[in-house]
Amino acid sequence: MQQANVLTGKAAIELNHVSYSDEGLDIIKDVSGSLPEGKITTFVGPSGAGKTTIFRLLNGLISPTKGDIQLFGENIQTIEPTTLRRTVGIALQDATMLRGSVYKNLAMPKTLQNQELKKEEAEHLLTQVGLDASFLHRDVTDLSGGQRQKVSIARTLVNHPKVLLLDEITSSLDRVSTSDIEHLIQHINKEFAVTIAWITHNLDQALLIGDYTWVMMNGELIESGSTDVLKNPVNPRIQEFVKGEWQ
Amino acid sequence: MSFLSLSLSLIFVLIPLALSKTLNLGLEKDTFVATIRSIIQLLAVGYILTFVFESGSYLFIILMVALMIGAATHNAQKKGVSIRGIIWKLVLTFLFIEVLTQAILLGFQITPPTAQYIIPISGMVVGNSMVLSILFLNRFTSEIQSRQKETELLLSLGGTPKQAIHLPLIQSIKASLIPTIESQKTIGLVQLPGMMSGQIIAGADPIQAVQFQLLILFLLLTTAAVTSIMLGFLSYPTLFNERMQMLKIKTGE
Ligand SMILES: Nc1ncnc2c1ncn2[C@@H]1O[C@H](COP(=O)(O)OP(=O)(O)OP(=O)(O)O)[C@@H](O)[C@H]1O
Ligand SMILES: [Mg+2]
Repeated sequence: MQQANVLTGKAAIELNHVSYSDEGLDIIKDVSGSLPEGKITTFVGPSGAGKTTIFRLLNGLISPTKGDIQLFGENIQTIEPTTLRRTVGIALQDATMLRGSVYKNLAMPKTLQNQELKKEEAEHLLTQVGLDASFLHRDVTDLSGGQRQKVSIARTLVNHPKVLLLDEITSSLDRVSTSDIEHLIQHINKEFAVTIAWITHNLDQALLIGDYTWVMMNGELIESGSTDVLKNPVNPRIQEFVKGEWQ
Repeated sequence: MSFLSLSLSLIFVLIPLALSKTLNLGLEKDTFVATIRSIIQLLAVGYILTFVFESGSYLFIILMVALMIGAATHNAQKKGVSIRGIIWKLVLTFLFIEVLTQAILLGFQITPPTAQYIIPISGMVVGNSMVLSILFLNRFTSEIQSRQKETELLLSLGGTPKQAIHLPLIQSIKASLIPTIESQKTIGLVQLPGMMSGQIIAGADPIQAVQFQLLILFLLLTTAAVTSIMLGFLSYPTLFNERMQMLKIKTGE
């Protein structure tokens, strides 16, 4: 019922019959859907549903086996890969760190373009994600899981992406930190009109921050539309999933 | 040395055989095979070399070097199955290093252009280049696997394949060069190099033997550096496709 809403606004990203298989395994199966421009779309679904794989497709780390993906109306296969990846930024699920200091990690997107990240800018980013500026010269091996996630988010922001893909970025954070990050992302979304896609296992979070949602299962997009689909699901598969998640 | 004393030297094979037997090391068969192989291979080489030296034909020299490169490629490619076209990359590397070293040696008239010099030196150069290739490929394969996440992270942030693979590549080049450099630091103190020992035993003037050995050491430094770097830069692009995506690494063996 709500599905039409998604398509009323302009789409930042649109997937047309996208499939992805690897070594004969169908991981994404004929997915069509869109990320409305300037909105927050959450991705929910059980483990192994293919959520991370969709993000990897959008960032261009892998290419669809079938179908195509449009970024602001342009097929991403025709966009120069480094430009695509800077435009569609991703904070990876495991918050991988490069060996060295927090500063080295934050500066990396700039380093890759032979530019420098100013110290003040780095400190500002840290405080934005809720870390003290003194973290700048800490070694990443000394950080907790949650602190790494914060650094990973800040690092993704350095490229000023137009579309921001967040893969379970609050999974190791406490309630206060989680809420700080939620506010930060909402701020970035409103202030800079950045389109956000956010994978979460927390349905409360999806309802709280998401304008729209994609429900994925077993490589398929079961439903997409206003986040309300999570409140009163019609589809029995979603009902079952939602029931399980709330418990 | 007479054939009698050579036969007597087999005592040195009997000792490990006996030890292996008594201690149940299970190495008798391997030791036996190794002994037989070394006898046949070295005698064959001896006769072939005599023939080539006497013929004085460059065609035979080129043939010998081609054989060396073929054998070295065959040995090293097993370690690089995950890299597409590794055979040609190895052939190219060995060929380049052989041409480079001989061009310098012959061009500056450091050594005379005769089979007696070209063949043994080529053997050392190609042999060392092979060892270096194996060291490099071993390390590189394991580095790209253990740093796969970091490589992908750099790509995801907008890095090029060259930037993303830089660290594993440099680490592997460095690591493969360390044994060559380290062993040169202690050379002469701990062990006399085999070739120099051989020359001295054969009655050469020790100072001359040392001079020649030094030349070889310097040659091998070049060989080592050029091999690792060239092979590295030839190899890394095959790990990515034209969309700057990491390809799955096939793990060999
Ligand atoms: N590189 C890969 N090679 C082979 N199979 C993969 C690869 N990456 C993911 N898969 C498979 O694809 C399916 C989808 O994985 P994906 O990581 O996209 O799920 P997910 O929805 O993000 O799960 P989670 O919530 O646990 O993070 C899984 O069955 C997984 O085993
Ligand atoms: Mg995932």
